Amino acid sequence: MSEIPADLSYTREHEWVRTEADGSVVVGISDHAQAQLGELVYVELPEVGRVVEAGAALAVVESTKAASDVYAPVSGSVVAVNEALNAGPELVNGSPYGDGWLVRLKPSAPATGLLDAAAYTQLVADESH
Amino acid sequence: MREPLIFEQSRAGRGALLQAPTPVPPSPDLPASLLRSDVPPLPEVSELQVVRHFTRLSQQNFSIDTHFYPLGSCTMKYNPRACNRLAMLPGFLARHPLEPEAHAQGVLECLFELQEWLKAVTGMAGVSLTPMAGAQGEFAGVAMIDAYHRARGDHARRQIIVPDAAHGTNPATATMCGLDVVEIPTNAEGDVDLDALRAAVGPATAGIMLTNPSTLGVFERRITEIAAIVHEAGGLLYYDGANMNAILGQVLPGAMGFDVVHINLHKTFSTPHGGGGPGAGIVAVNQRLEPFLPVPMVGQRDGRYAWLTERERPQSIGRLSAFMGNTGILLRAWVYMRLLGAEGMRRVSAYAVLNANYLLARLRDAGFTVAYPGRRASHEFIISLKDVARDTGVTAMDFAKALLDRGVHAPTTYFPLLVPECLLIEPTETEAQDDLDRFVEALVEIRALARRDAAEVKRAPRTTPVGRLDDVRAAKQLDVTWQSRRAPAA
Repeated sequence: MSEIPADLSYTREHEWVRTEADGSVVVGISDHAQAQLGELVYVELPEVGRVVEAGAALAVVESTKAASDVYAPVSGSVVAVNEALNAGPELVNGSPYGDGWLVRLKPSAPATGLLDAAAYTQLVADESH
Repeated sequence: MREPLIFEQSRAGRGALLQAPTPVPPSPDLPASLLRSDVPPLPEVSELQVVRHFTRLSQQNFSIDTHFYPLGSCTMKYNPRACNRLAMLPGFLARHPLEPEAHAQGVLECLFELQEWLKAVTGMAGVSLTPMAGAQGEFAGVAMIDAYHRARGDHARRQIIVPDAAHGTNPATATMCGLDVVEIPTNAEGDVDLDALRAAVGPATAGIMLTNPSTLGVFERRITEIAAIVHEAGGLLYYDGANMNAILGQVLPGAMGFDVVHINLHKTFSTPHGGGGPGAGIVAVNQRLEPFLPVPMVGQRDGRYAWLTERERPQSIGRLSAFMGNTGILLRAWVYMRLLGAEGMRRVSAYAVLNANYLLARLRDAGFTVAYPGRRASHEFIISLKDVARDTGVTAMDFAKALLDRGVHAPTTYFPLLVPECLLIEPTETEAQDDLDRFVEALVEIRALARRDAAEVKRAPRTTPVGRLDDVRAAKQLDVTWQSRRAPAA
């Protein structure tokens, strides 16, 4: 069973979202998502300063199985990306909620339609049956 | 046993008369700074060492000549020997692309006939043979759609609609042509979601790119409705011919409502797709797009065959290569169509679809999960090993590796992305029932082993020249060159 921390929000596309004290949000992919993909070989990150709409492609995570888009869970601008992933994409596999974070966004509008941990747990359970 | 590289077999001073270099005087046209002073580190081996090395390498091939290859026309269907032999006749091979038309009437006649036959199998009004690969064919198709709208002064049409079950290259092609991609979903039955399509079309719609049958291995049943929706909105329909093997001679893309078709001759028409090229991604269009076809094409002038260029076809999107496409591949297709005839081509698709449905039925009866159980297969179908993976930890990739030990090349794994832990299976028209049965038995045996001893499946393959490759390391540390450890000769 994959790890789904109770204090994070999630999307139906398997991103996780954490709102920081300064109002910025950190985005990554869930433990379930990294397990489905297998070991990552490449992560394509956006440029800092890029403005994205909620639901638009934000980053790409690539394993030997597949390359998958990571979607922006909120509209906003990119304020930081996890540069460590350029040399070590496998950080996402080892620590999806910690050192394997992807992008920090400054939201331009409040997030809508996110799932809490319980709802996301249910989504993952539904998908594996 | 690992076969050493030919470089590793090298011993200084060894050689064969056949390989002895002929002394060549230095060319006076080359400046001294560009001439090499040291000898290149080529392998120094005997003639028989060379013969044995390359014979042993060829024996390690897992090939269509020796094994069942359920990757199908997508990669490697059986291509009759005759097509290759006839396309290699000296009269074809010794041609020069700039020879005068008067000396090339024979080959021009072949290419003209090929254009006519391809019109017949696509239901279209015009064909250009010049695209040299599928990517060029796709590019030409979308570039013609774009040129059509521009010629009408309709500059707002900048969007290409791509269903998520379309061929993976389609969004890349639209982007390459400077258009925006709008993705629409597939419903649970594997058909395009018509409500999503209706919502997506409008005055910005340049067209839609569809593969039919789709990458899900099912025929798009409401294709005429899709065509009507797109045409009413002012867009055009592009047919990706990736799955032509399923419909050859049975149904025409033109009759489905498509405006432009690209076909990879190197999938269905007797050139291996997985060979690394060269290829031929011909395009066929209806009247509407006919003026925009890429040049050169073959036409008739004063009772003789002639190249049609920008002069005769001023609205053409232009040239995709220096000459006329990959003639060798076009000739193989000409021979293939000539050998089979219209009836034979219908049998190709009939048997391709029959074999796929036979395998589908047998695997379903054996308890495998079929991705679209309510649907008949086209020339290929998908099974999902999600349940086995969940219960035993043995994945689709493990099945693929274990198949190698049972004398079967792995089918496509993990594609399409919409289906988890999937195998995309395409047996093609040329497999005997016995071989199809052996494939089913192999999958059943691997599943039984997975339940009994999952670790044993994960040790596969054991019988191949190399075992399980580290594909993560291969992706991260790609290094395909061999560096001589020998110091260059002074």
